[in-house]
Amino acid sequence: MTDPITAAARATPAPVARRIRGLSDRAIAWLFVAPTIFLLLAINIFPLIWTIRLSFTNYAANRPNREVEWVGLRNYERILTDDGIWANMQTTAHFLLWTLFFQVVIGFTLAWLINRKFKGNDLLTTLIVLPMMLSPAVVGNFWTFLYQPQIGLVNYVVELVSGIPASSFSMLGPGGYAPWSIIIVDTWMWTPFVMLICLAGLRSIPDYIYEAAEIDRASKWRQFWTITVPMVLPFLMLAVLFRGIENFKMFDMVVLLTGGGPGNETLLASIDLKREAFEKWRTGYSSAYAIILFVTVFGLASIYVKALNKVKER
Amino acid sequence: MMSFLTGLLRLRRRPWEMLATILIGLGVFMLMQPFALALFTWSFLVTLAGTVMFIIVSHFPD
Repeated sequence: MTDPITAAARATPAPVARRIRGLSDRAIAWLFVAPTIFLLLAINIFPLIWTIRLSFTNYAANRPNREVEWVGLRNYERILTDDGIWANMQTTAHFLLWTLFFQVVIGFTLAWLINRKFKGNDLLTTLIVLPMMLSPAVVGNFWTFLYQPQIGLVNYVVELVSGIPASSFSMLGPGGYAPWSIIIVDTWMWTPFVMLICLAGLRSIPDYIYEAAEIDRASKWRQFWTITVPMVLPFLMLAVLFRGIENFKMFDMVVLLTGGGPGNETLLASIDLKREAFEKWRTGYSSAYAIILFVTVFGLASIYVKALNKVKER
Repeated sequence: MMSFLTGLLRLRRRPWEMLATILIGLGVFMLMQPFALALFTWSFLVTLAGTVMFIIVSHFPD
């Protein structure tokens, strides 16, 4: 009785079999990789090159029949001397710095606490990680309800604790709380991610290092600063870079929560870019804007990959 | 410091990558700082220079 492979080989028509046998290993490898390369070129590289080209023109996507003029570096010049865009970058920076600060401090503390052995450790870890698994659209919607001045839980708790009437202020409205509201939501959602990375770092520290420190009569405080922190630092760097890149591009959750308002208080660069591209239809201008953001993210991603390789080397 | 400069002169990957990383970091800071519009204006060029440099020098020998 012949095995299925031999049967399949025999069933293959002679011309096809000859052609397959004639392919070298390299040719077969290219054959497998080609569809991926084609998709990559079509979906990533071509639009990127097209966007770079558009960024030097005054093209408007809603007026495709208008003559397109080559404007050189004028779009870049206008963006990089615009006070409004500079202010949006500062709003993005405010969001970025505070979310990173809270996520690192809370994430590392949680990881440090969770790293100890106690009853219900696994259940607690699962519960902490839950927010990270939710869709940003869901998170944005339910935090909008939590922030409602009349029926929201947040205003109710503030009234309970401080006595300030719940309906007298709005977390997402005017009053200066909106930037902090989005920081709270992002911290709530993504601290578990930082915690998980820190936990991986903490669990990678061998016990014998602490045992040696104990023998040398090093205090817990000294062990923390001379063993724990330096050994977790590369992992923490990784988390900071990853969250930094993600928050620089933050769009969905903030759009659902505030839509960039009130006024321009939470108008992050990515939201402003979307407005320029699809509300004002200044495609050439917004392409230049997108390239500026892309180069920034690409630069940060290069550092991220370098940090990742460093962690791998350990 | 001396080894850093020697590495730069001998076109070694590590010091050049460090320089590119510093440029990228500086560019991102200039893009988002609230102090001077002129820094914001030049931020893109600095970030772009750092990023292009990073791509090139990552092919240098160790």
